Amino acid sequence: MLEIKNLHVKLEEEDKQILKGVDLTVEAGKVHAIMGPNGSGKSTLSYVLSGRDGYEVTEGSAELNGEDLLEMEPEERAAAGVFLAFQYPVEIPGVGNMTFLRTAVNAQRKARGEEELSAADFLKLVRAKAKSLKIDADMLKRPVNVGFSGGEKKRNEILQMAMLEPKMCILDETDSGLDVDAMKLVAEGVNALRDEGRGFLVITHYQRLLDHIKPDVVHIMADGRIIKTGGPELALEVENNGYADILAEVN
Amino acid sequence: MALPEVKQTVTQARLANLVMPDAGCTRAAREDALARVLEMGLPSRRDEYWKYTRPDTLIAPEAPHAAVFHSDEPLLFSDLDRLKIVFVDGVFSPEESDDLTLEGVSIDRIEDICCKDIHWAKELYGVLETRGQTPVQRPLAALNTAFAADGVAIHVTGKPSKPISLIYRHASDSSDAMLHHIVRVESGAEVTILENGPAAARFNKCIEIDIADGGTLHHVRAQGRDHERRAATHMFTRLGRESVYKSFTLTVNGVLTRNEQIVELTGDDAIAQVSGACVGDGDFHHDDTVFITHDAVNCESRQVFKKVLRNGATGVFQGKILVKQGAQKTDGYQISQSLLLDDDSQFLAKPELEIYADDVACSHGSTSGAIDETALFYLRSRGVPTKEATNMLTLAFLAEAVDEIEDAALVEAIVNRLEGWLSRRS
Repeated sequence: MLEIKNLHVKLEEEDKQILKGVDLTVEAGKVHAIMGPNGSGKSTLSYVLSGRDGYEVTEGSAELNGEDLLEMEPEERAAAGVFLAFQYPVEIPGVGNMTFLRTAVNAQRKARGEEELSAADFLKLVRAKAKSLKIDADMLKRPVNVGFSGGEKKRNEILQMAMLEPKMCILDETDSGLDVDAMKLVAEGVNALRDEGRGFLVITHYQRLLDHIKPDVVHIMADGRIIKTGGPELALEVENNGYADILAEVN
Repeated sequence: MALPEVKQTVTQARLANLVMPDAGCTRAAREDALARVLEMGLPSRRDEYWKYTRPDTLIAPEAPHAAVFHSDEPLLFSDLDRLKIVFVDGVFSPEESDDLTLEGVSIDRIEDICCKDIHWAKELYGVLETRGQTPVQRPLAALNTAFAADGVAIHVTGKPSKPISLIYRHASDSSDAMLHHIVRVESGAEVTILENGPAAARFNKCIEIDIADGGTLHHVRAQGRDHERRAATHMFTRLGRESVYKSFTLTVNGVLTRNEQIVELTGDDAIAQVSGACVGDGDFHHDDTVFITHDAVNCESRQVFKKVLRNGATGVFQGKILVKQGAQKTDGYQISQSLLLDDDSQFLAKPELEIYADDVACSHGSTSGAIDETALFYLRSRGVPTKEATNMLTLAFLAEAVDEIEDAALVEAIVNRLEGWLSRRS
């Protein structure tokens, strides 16, 4: 599904190398988690994969089902199946949440040559999905993320993911700012989307989230590289001992 | 003080091309207005009030040529039930207009107010314009009072069942139109007045609106379509106790537009909202000049102006709130913002507050900025193409002004128009 090879990335504005050779393959149906200390490049990886400006790929490749992601515009990546759940979802005053969702769903369908959803079909779908995430009608009507609590914003991200049905879901610290109940709700939303055709890359600081979204593979990232890969037990090791042992072991 | 010679020459040249209508009872008001024009002279770019907008083409003896714009798009408000009053190049067209009878309102042409002896109209014509000449001179409005060839007097005594719609059609490339309307909203009466259309190659329009205690006027106008048209408009509004005035102006296209709004809150507990949205590109120049005077207790005024500019377009906002001594508990709010879609466009803003009362809440803000890149990326990351995402954010920016309109059907009509403009031009 997602294949990243030797990815080197620097900031466009300053001559600072952030990713220094990331190799990572996420298979369809699998959940991969990336953990790592602050500043290791986890969020940069998510931004580069989704096409945010400000980063320059100096070496390496990233492909989704054989398609070169790095050559595509962000909207093309989205249509190809990439979805990034933002660490800090953006507030957009003046754009209704529902309008936003419908525009996004139909833009992707159009880009893929599929028929656009009718207003009625869309409404039916969004209501059903919103209900399972405990998103009420009022939240759907309000401007995108404006005045939403931290938990509401993250649930709104998962709602978008559920509506867009991407192939490759990247979750950037989706657990940050969530209380336990909100985290469970978000995790349930993610788990409901797990199926054999879909890959997940879950970026997190804490093992906590991985109690609810069980990963198949856990990677440890440090200083722009993946330094260790293992099973779910690796996350527990980090939780118990911190990153110091692993960093020392690698060095 | 004698006028500078240049100003005298320019003013005389313009006057030489004008003929005062034979107007019976408005004659005195017109002669007075002419005297004011001669005293003030027509505006020049050296005048402080015209610092950001060149008045040359507005005062030239001949109207600059402006091609009539043809479009298949139906005119704004076409599908609304309304009473239509049509002017073609500034001349009332009975054939294209509806029958002017409607319960709760009486409508007459300005030229008929004398023979029909319509007292309120005779007493209002030129009066608010005269009051509006201080502290800032508005010579183009005085010129209008003196020479306006047509216009209507609208007397609202009840709650008419549908909006009164003034439609301005531009038919000749060189038309130079001057219209003067007067509106009186009686106590407890309520009406919606719509205005739309490009009017003429050059258009000078003046409206005097007098709202009695407890009266309500909703005013929505649109100036659009023709690229080469020029317009200078003045709207003078006086509000009585507990009256409400809500005005919104949409401007799309047009090489030069100067909209002056002069609002006087003279009765306690009155509410005035003036707002506007404009979108333009290239040689588009749009100027909103607003002057709100609080002269009563516990009144509220709100100004919300939004401009979207690109390809070198220019937007101007001069907005003032004057709170007179004794106008306690005034609540004045003013915001003017521009969205600059490229580096070539500019927004010039001059917000002013002048307050002589000590128990007031007034605020003003002015910003100009580009599209929010973070929001743009967010939309794109969800699959919305760049152009569509930019348009969504642009509309969202304008929404704050458009949402000042109360009537949902009118909001929808305005939003549709803006969407059309954006999609044609992106």
